[in-house]
Amino acid sequence: MTLVPFITQMNPDASTIAAGAPIEVDLAPIAEGQDIKVFWRGKPIFVSHRTKKQIDEARKVSVASLPDPQSDEARVKPGHDQWLVVIGICTHLGCIPIAHEGQYDGFFCPCHGSVYDTSGRIRSGPAPTNLPVPPYQFVSDTKIQIG
Amino acid sequence: MSGPSDYQPTNPALKWIERRLPILGLMHSSFVAYPTPRNLNYWWTFGAILSMMLGVQIITGVILAMHYTPHVDMAFKSVESIVRDVNYGWLLRNMHATGASMFFVAVYIHMFRGLYYGSYKEPREILWILGVIIYLLMKASGFMGYVLPWGQMSFWGATVITNLFSAIPYVGDSIVTLLWGGYSVGNPTLNRFFSLHYLLPFVIAGVVVLHVWALHVAGQNNPAGVEPKTEKDTVPFTPYATMKDAFGVSCFMLFFAWFIFYMPNYLGEADNYIPANPGVTPAHIVPEWYYLPFYAILRSIPNKLAGVVAMFGAILVLAFLPWLDTARTKSSKYRPLAKQFFWIFVVVCVLLGWLGAKPAEGIYVIAGRVLTFCYFAYFLIVLPLLSRIEKPRPVPNSIADDVLAKAGKSAPMVSTVIALAVAGALFAGSAPGALAAEGQAAPPSQQWSFAGPFGKFDRGAMQRGLKVYKEVCASCHGLSYIAFRNLADPGGPGFTVAQAAAFASEYKVKDGPNDAGDMFERPGRPADYFPSPFPNDNAARAANGGALPPDLSLITKARSYPRGFPMFVVDLFTQFQEQGPNYVSGLLQGYEEKPPAGFTLPEGSSYNKYFPGHAIKMPNPLSDGQVTYDDGSPATVAQYAKDVTTFLMWTAEPHMEARKKLGMQVFVFLILLTGLLYFTKKKIWADAH
Repeated sequence: MTLVPFITQMNPDASTIAAGAPIEVDLAPIAEGQDIKVFWRGKPIFVSHRTKKQIDEARKVSVASLPDPQSDEARVKPGHDQWLVVIGICTHLGCIPIAHEGQYDGFFCPCHGSVYDTSGRIRSGPAPTNLPVPPYQFVSDTKIQIG
Repeated sequence: MSGPSDYQPTNPALKWIERRLPILGLMHSSFVAYPTPRNLNYWWTFGAILSMMLGVQIITGVILAMHYTPHVDMAFKSVESIVRDVNYGWLLRNMHATGASMFFVAVYIHMFRGLYYGSYKEPREILWILGVIIYLLMKASGFMGYVLPWGQMSFWGATVITNLFSAIPYVGDSIVTLLWGGYSVGNPTLNRFFSLHYLLPFVIAGVVVLHVWALHVAGQNNPAGVEPKTEKDTVPFTPYATMKDAFGVSCFMLFFAWFIFYMPNYLGEADNYIPANPGVTPAHIVPEWYYLPFYAILRSIPNKLAGVVAMFGAILVLAFLPWLDTARTKSSKYRPLAKQFFWIFVVVCVLLGWLGAKPAEGIYVIAGRVLTFCYFAYFLIVLPLLSRIEKPRPVPNSIADDVLAKAGKSAPMVSTVIALAVAGALFAGSAPGALAAEGQAAPPSQQWSFAGPFGKFDRGAMQRGLKVYKEVCASCHGLSYIAFRNLADPGGPGFTVAQAAAFASEYKVKDGPNDAGDMFERPGRPADYFPSPFPNDNAARAANGGALPPDLSLITKARSYPRGFPMFVVDLFTQFQEQGPNYVSGLLQGYEEKPPAGFTLPEGSSYNKYFPGHAIKMPNPLSDGQVTYDDGSPATVAQYAKDVTTFLMWTAEPHMEARKKLGMQVFVFLILLTGLLYFTKKKIWADAH
């Protein structure tokens, strides 16, 4: 029990936690086919306004064939299919993938060559899992709250 | 071995002390009278070399900590100000940074020596395990130290390595948060790494005391692997071992000084001269060369958790070595099969190191798996099996017999040293070679006045280069680490103090707030730094089509290109380190009007032969006649590129001339010292051989 203060002091302190509070992102200025990168808790969050083509591509593949099976519907909010929000940190060793690159027009990690599709799902390369979806909800049709 | 000392001081003051605290007796029995096997070869001097390196690292480290600021916004800058402004700061920083590499060179030789001569066998198991603990602590300190300059490799190395712990099931993510003290690598991480990096060397020093204590209880192993039996088998530590160690240390210092004074960045990564940026990942994240074999093992296993377990297992398996190798013969000299497998194992380790620096794809992954298997097979299959099937040659009756038998023929030391030096160079050099396989044309090598051991900056070129910077580059690129006063520094462009002041006064510098609380502009003073063209990075990006024009202060050290094998080994001897200047000057002349067929140039970019990916946002900045020279030098792009690159090499390393000059003095001194020590040692040992 005496060890507790000596170990928990290493966890994020009050100001770090406070700075990690939810943030709001205005989606209105993001044109179709565009994406932006915002930082939340020091992590880059990709917000992509996907085109019809990109959504179709993400939904066409058979889910069972994926390394980390997950449907595109499960990775976006219902009724907001065009918006993909993912944490832009490669699940392999934490590098930042580049948006709109790689053979699936999704994300490509320059470090060890992991390729993600337009839904942020791992398709090839050493990364074990899909890009995680951060907790977020739609405050209005053009605004999300991350966190 | 070191029984009660028979040391009897005659001086009454020493007697008085000795009766109350027998420290002199302890010293005497440990480092003077202590019997050491008379057949030790030079591989045994690495213990002394390591003690010296630990001392060097602690002393330089404590001094650096007096000038360093562990904060994400200031760490990079504080390291630069150590190198630029602190008296002899460049020397202390080079000693500490290359010293880390030298420490690992020495520890790897020390470990391989232990492996070859069976120094882990009964009764030295605890001695060996303490060594493994020291090695682990060294790796932890080395890693945390590398994070402190807060460059791109520091940041991303820290990210990748701390993420290893996320592979632990269930609690992995909580552990990583605990290590970070935040939600990503950030200021709390840097602060705690600094604290621990300061602490660990003293912990190492403590374990080293235990290591030496255990050594002095069990006694030193020796090349014959038979324990000393009579007086004839040993010689007193002083003067025999002390002189031999002093000579070994001196030789090693020559090797060390080569890096400090002539190749300070050879073992580092150019990317670490770019300040840490959490938003951009470098194309290849490569750890320091001494971690590469383990990094290769990590990456060769497709499962994340299994990879991490294998990596740590590769170190932990060493601790079990005394029980894995059950052969009774210690020294591989008398074990024909073990000797061959030992050398295969050395090659496996070097190759793993080379693979660790390669991108994890294609053939490299397969080779990595094969070699990882070989690594573990050596410990888990080969060594246990060998003790059962191998028929060792007879060992000498005593150490004295071994010495007598050898007196006739010359030892095969020289060839081994050369083989090991080449292997070491290959291994060390594999890190810079890491950036290969990009399909990129290397810029042509040029003649630079500042290259080589006697290189000096061409003052005329620097002054012209400053003019090119001021009239062309400065409209987009900052030079924020350079103050106007630096223009008058020795080894610089050769301005007088008055000229530097006049140059400064042409600039407008923002100052304030004044008494009314307003910011105001005033003419520059020598102490001011070159003002940056944009107020912040985002403004710079917005004005340049989304691309950030990098600050040029360090550009010639922050850019590099792969030299490939075998050039990087040759570079070690020719002191070639002008990749940065070659690249900068090549880039300035590498623009082409028409991209080659099949290359689609994105909107708003230009084609450049030497820019990675070829599409560069910076339009061709230089054209013939653009800048007027008043000293009659040709006003051509080639000349502009050469001049501005020379100037920028100086901004990246303002004390280069001092470094090379001091290097020459140190070398003359060390060569004389080494020679004297050699003959002293020879004289002392004359009757012992």
